Amino acid sequence: MTGESYVATRPPGWQGQLGGCGIASCISLDGRTIPGDSIARMLTIMEERENGLGAGYACYGLFPERKDQYCLQLFFDDEEGKRSAEELMAGRLDIVHDEKVFIRRNSTVTPPYPIVWRFFANVPERREWRGALDLSEEDYMVELVQYINASVPKAFCVSSGKDMAVFKGNGYSYEIADLYDIGRYSGTLWLSHSRFPTNSPAWWAGAHPLSLLDWGVCHNGEITSYGVNRKLVEMNGYRCTVLTDTEVVVYLWDLLVRRHRLPVEVAAFAMAPSPYAEIALLPPAERRLAEWVRIAYREAFLNGPFSIIVGRSQPEISLIALADRKKLRPMIAGVSPDGGLAYCASEESAIRIVEPEARTWAPGAGNPFIAAVGKGVLRKGTEPSFQGVRL
Amino acid sequence: MSEGAGAGKRLDHRLPERFVPTIDHDLCRACQRCVKDCSYQALEFRGSRVVPAGGCVACGRCIAVCPANCIEVRPVPPQFAPHGNWSERARRAILAQASSGGVLLSSCGADDDRPAIFDDLLLDAAQVTNPSIDPLREPVETVTYLGRRPGRLEVQDGRVVVREGDTPLIRLDMPLMFGHISLGSISYNAQKALFMAAKELNIVAGSGEGGLHPDLYEYADRICSEVASGRFGIKPEYLKEVAAVEIKIGQGAKPGHGGHLPGEKVTAMISETRMIPLGTDALSPYPHHDVYSIEDLAQLISVLKEATEYRTPVGVKIAAVHNVGAIASGVVRAGADFLTVDGFKGGTGAAPRVIRDHAGLPIEVAISAVDQRLVREGLRNRVTVCAGGGVRSSADMIKALALGADVVMVSTAALIAMGCRVCQQCHRGLCSWGIATQRDDLVARLDPYIASARVVHLFHAWNEELKEVLGAMGIDSVESLVGNRDRLRYRGPNPKIAEVMGVKHIGEGWG
Repeated sequence: MTGESYVATRPPGWQGQLGGCGIASCISLDGRTIPGDSIARMLTIMEERENGLGAGYACYGLFPERKDQYCLQLFFDDEEGKRSAEELMAGRLDIVHDEKVFIRRNSTVTPPYPIVWRFFANVPERREWRGALDLSEEDYMVELVQYINASVPKAFCVSSGKDMAVFKGNGYSYEIADLYDIGRYSGTLWLSHSRFPTNSPAWWAGAHPLSLLDWGVCHNGEITSYGVNRKLVEMNGYRCTVLTDTEVVVYLWDLLVRRHRLPVEVAAFAMAPSPYAEIALLPPAERRLAEWVRIAYREAFLNGPFSIIVGRSQPEISLIALADRKKLRPMIAGVSPDGGLAYCASEESAIRIVEPEARTWAPGAGNPFIAAVGKGVLRKGTEPSFQGVRL
Repeated sequence: MSEGAGAGKRLDHRLPERFVPTIDHDLCRACQRCVKDCSYQALEFRGSRVVPAGGCVACGRCIAVCPANCIEVRPVPPQFAPHGNWSERARRAILAQASSGGVLLSSCGADDDRPAIFDDLLLDAAQVTNPSIDPLREPVETVTYLGRRPGRLEVQDGRVVVREGDTPLIRLDMPLMFGHISLGSISYNAQKALFMAAKELNIVAGSGEGGLHPDLYEYADRICSEVASGRFGIKPEYLKEVAAVEIKIGQGAKPGHGGHLPGEKVTAMISETRMIPLGTDALSPYPHHDVYSIEDLAQLISVLKEATEYRTPVGVKIAAVHNVGAIASGVVRAGADFLTVDGFKGGTGAAPRVIRDHAGLPIEVAISAVDQRLVREGLRNRVTVCAGGGVRSSADMIKALALGADVVMVSTAALIAMGCRVCQQCHRGLCSWGIATQRDDLVARLDPYIASARVVHLFHAWNEELKEVLGAMGIDSVESLVGNRDRLRYRGPNPKIAEVMGVKHIGEGWG
């Protein structure tokens, strides 16, 4: 693979990216840990869905010893980027531990490689950020991470959640798995993504999963309403630094579910709502809710083709999978015969390669699949809208 | 006005005709239908032939009624000595003012040939990386809500609480509304046709500032009632029944001006509906004399909400002026449930030409300025933005939506659908089509059922074209187009305009 490659620094003239993708995820329903090799096999089998310009993995339930601390994983172009970021964080976070993230010295991935560093931190009691004194712990972290990504040169924070981390870069799925030696990690939820972008240069920080706090999102598709969705997140204080539709999807989940406290099913409906003609057929209480979700969260409606897998660790480690309301991009779900593991992926092959006897099904258009570690599949993605939502 | 030494003398010069109706006498049957129908008396029957009598305005009525199809209205070639700077238009204006000594009145929108920015914008379409959608096979939605939105939903004890605003939202089946055209500026039949069309299309129609005729109360649930500075004909009987109430601060054709209904058009019916004396000019004040500031506006909004018992959304219409973004923000903060922005090329039944042609801001720039400003202030998802003024086609409508309007306001195009030929004589009250007139014999020419059906056709066609374009863009619901300036490109002469509007130049991609 030739062509320019960028790590933490945004490529000059970068205006975003588009293209197709492969996505795969695996969640432990019974609490067993899932080795990284397993997710790498799921992703790499779908090699027709990538062209070597980006791949990545997110692991949840990764740091059981430190699960109450924020894990910030950063890319640095060089030592200077690291110093700048460390200086910024020094007075603003209580960093309890930091370490280099393992990266192989020899790889087929096109250099340059970033310095990848991991910081475990607590948020200090006194949380000031540009005059705002009453920020919640999470909002403070969002401000800090977004500030680093927008303003600290040669540094980019790729993940910042509790009990999770993102491993991604510019290469084929198997190259990135190999580069990070993904098999050395195991967790209870994995997300993964391989890209088929139609543009270059490639940017390590722009690869998926995109993450903020504990939210991790892998996305296959192109949001035709990006300009509208971006307005909503910007109105709510998020700063778009990656300039992709996927980034906006991350912020929308954070806004709707963490900040506005909407149930996941309701947030999913806001992003992939039923047509008004179908809403009109719902029972009265649901109809009223559906109409108002559409009206109030009009700018959260993700139009155009997409399928996404979303991970979070708070309040519990869980996986959400969602396709657009016409289901223009693929999404298949499955459960292992013993019921201990669940999968969501672009292609059935990704599930069969690790679980030949899995029971699979296709979640519906705009219908979320939801599963939580230790709880099982909470929603298959085939139920009526709002089933389980308190009205 | 002192006329000095010229007092009592005839001052006006005879000027060259601008149009001449030309009769093919080989075909003419001398039925004189054209003579009878020409309300401008530009044709006469002399001897055995119909001949031009001067004063033709090119309203086209004679052509439409001629059974022999033997009339052509020809523009008269330039009669003034050519001059690059002293256009015929400039010289005619001077000659007219030298005769009358008055402010030149005109009607319809600014008629000079300054190009519309709409024409410099190109739409995007989906290719490969996202699929386009065929609206004939799959749903593409155009439902739009008018009014104040909550911005978020509340969750209490794990239950999503729908807390509506203090005023309701109005559902429109398409992102279109008829602008405000008063009874007075147009005829009873013309206004009835608009209201009937609004009802059938399930959209709303503006009442204009002339009050509401009792016979038209049955359309109240589809009417947006205007509260303008003259407060003409406002009655609680209908105010509580209408779909929406709109405070008119300004109009695109005449920003900073009040309304002007020439006395010729104030007939008994108009006088009753507006509650003003017969035959007098209805001049509404330039400002609302109880709104000298934004806090006054907030009070008026509250008063109207109280008066209507919170049964309708209350909006504010402003003319697009240079500081429109900040004004819009103030209006939203003052409590307006929706905001209407009327652009530079917007129509009028009568306006001073100097203002119509020289004051204001093109609607394209105004929409994006308002949208960007409201986003920056975190207000955009609370309020509905309606915009219009010079929207000529579905393409203009679609571009207005993409620039940031939720609802596009259309007036002149609806009148054209009824028969208007845009001859710009509305202020004279002689409309030969029965639209902008109060003369009974002329009004009777307009069948409101036919006129309404034609307007319904037009809007249906535009809405279908909207769906076609949305589908081509890979968008299956209109709200995902609103303010989606990413899907527009600018190809005009001045890239600064594109920058101000937040629209990329042609050739600039994003991947």
